[in-house]
Amino acid sequence: MSDRFIELQGISQSFKTAKGLFLALENIDLRIAKGDFVALIGHSGCGKSTLLNLIAGLTTPSSGVLLCANREIQGPSPERAVVFQNHSLLPWLSCYENVHLAVERVFSQKESKAQLKERSDAALALVGLGHARDKRPGEISGGMKQRVGIARALSMEPRVLLMDEPFGALDALTRAKLQDELLEIVARTRSTVVMVTHDVDEAVLLSDKIVMMTNGPAARIGEVLSVDIARPRRRVELASDPEYLRCRQAVMDFLYTRQSHVEKAA
Amino acid sequence: MNTHILSPTAPLPAHDSVEAVAEVTLPLAGHAAHAVPKAGASAGPPGKLALKAQELVKSAVPQLLGLALLVLAWAGISMATGGSIPTPGATGEQAIALFSDPFYRNGPNDQGVGWNVLASLERVAIGFGLAALVGIPAGFLIGRFRFLSRMFNPIISLLKPVSPLAWLPIGLLVFKGANPAAIWTIFICSIWPMVINTAIGVQRVPQDYMNVARVLNLSEWKIATRILLPSVLPYMLTGVRLAVGTAWLVIVAAEMLTGGVGIGFWVWDEWNNLNVMNIIIAIGVIGIVGLALELLLVQVAKAFTYEEVKS
Repeated sequence: MSDRFIELQGISQSFKTAKGLFLALENIDLRIAKGDFVALIGHSGCGKSTLLNLIAGLTTPSSGVLLCANREIQGPSPERAVVFQNHSLLPWLSCYENVHLAVERVFSQKESKAQLKERSDAALALVGLGHARDKRPGEISGGMKQRVGIARALSMEPRVLLMDEPFGALDALTRAKLQDELLEIVARTRSTVVMVTHDVDEAVLLSDKIVMMTNGPAARIGEVLSVDIARPRRRVELASDPEYLRCRQAVMDFLYTRQSHVEKAA
Repeated sequence: MNTHILSPTAPLPAHDSVEAVAEVTLPLAGHAAHAVPKAGASAGPPGKLALKAQELVKSAVPQLLGLALLVLAWAGISMATGGSIPTPGATGEQAIALFSDPFYRNGPNDQGVGWNVLASLERVAIGFGLAALVGIPAGFLIGRFRFLSRMFNPIISLLKPVSPLAWLPIGLLVFKGANPAAIWTIFICSIWPMVINTAIGVQRVPQDYMNVARVLNLSEWKIATRILLPSVLPYMLTGVRLAVGTAWLVIVAAEMLTGGVGIGFWVWDEWNNLNVMNIIIAIGVIGIVGLALELLLVQVAKAFTYEEVKS
């Protein structure tokens, strides 16, 4: 049971386009265990975000079944929180209000106003943004916005945290800092995480498993790599860790030798 | 953008055109000239005031020059037509006389210019308000539901290009009165921009926000108040701005036809009296009121526009 917390069975996804049916994903089978950190990696257009949206329930597959905790995924739900690629904060709400919107929805049935407020503040504190609570998204940096997005997702105490290239738009230093923070948070909350990325180092640093996808159209799972590096992981020490280097090499090999970006199909 | 143009225009100094311009220009230039040494002398931040004064001069000079050019051209035309178009000076004197007593009443057909402007503004406010009441909700529905947009878009496309004055007879027929007919005309001309812009705003709510709503599983009420309304607001306000602009254009023409009290009627009445000076003053007044409405709504729109989604 716990090794198939999220289960994808024979998932295919096609889209109607002007040129006819476009097959994005073909026959995807995947199991994700509870508490695992899984990275989906592949070249642009390979359908990793499509796959994440399917798990989120934002789209429904053309064929196949998606299960989460033995229940079919019927649509989006706060139990599968999403951290969006471009943070997707509502610009007319303060950081606190953005988080509180999520907290209210999930917990207002059972908890008092004071408890809800406490939850929102705690979520902001978790990502180190207590001081920016009353700022609007327009007044804070890109990295801070992404942290509010993470706080919003975590505040719902989701069973699964889905992240769509959450650090893609950030500069390298900010990205490294947020990766470290994410490692800490995930260690504390023991969340199950599925993260889409195109950054090899990010994938190896953060994940327990790396799901490597072939190039689209009709993308499939090419290979699943287990990353057996003990936690807590420290970026600096990993640089010379043989397992780290092996995993990195394996992913690079998959992406740049076997699935080198070609075949102008899209 | 050019509020300082406004104050000198309204009560034109009662002299010859060239002098008038000089009078308007001088105090400003003099002020700037005084400000510079003063700022330099004060011990605090030395450059700041001087810089501000420079900025003021930089923006004021071209504006005043433009105004001067207008008055010059006017004076030229006045001379060329042999006085059938009154001179700026004479019109200015007349304007001062008029504005010194804008709120008098000598019977229904002879009221001060203030009453006329207020009467027109009242019609615009009522007609426009009713249009907002109908148009904004209609825009929301048309934007939200494809079926409705397919249903109503052809009708809107067909009726939008019709001059609102063409609806005036229908208004007279149905409402049996000049005043409601004028309001009806304003209603018709203001409703289109509001329906269309609100609908576009709803259709352009970023998919990201809607995805957030779906993941958080927000209630319809929360979606409407926290996501739809704030993101549609800038579009809606653009619609409102366009609507008010058109309404102010149309009211003048409508009142010329319906009579009563109002700035449009006043223009027509003064034409019947062959009082060209008052017509020119009315043109100025209509322009200033229109500009004021526009500036007011731009300020409102600014307060409700938020930064874009992208980081």
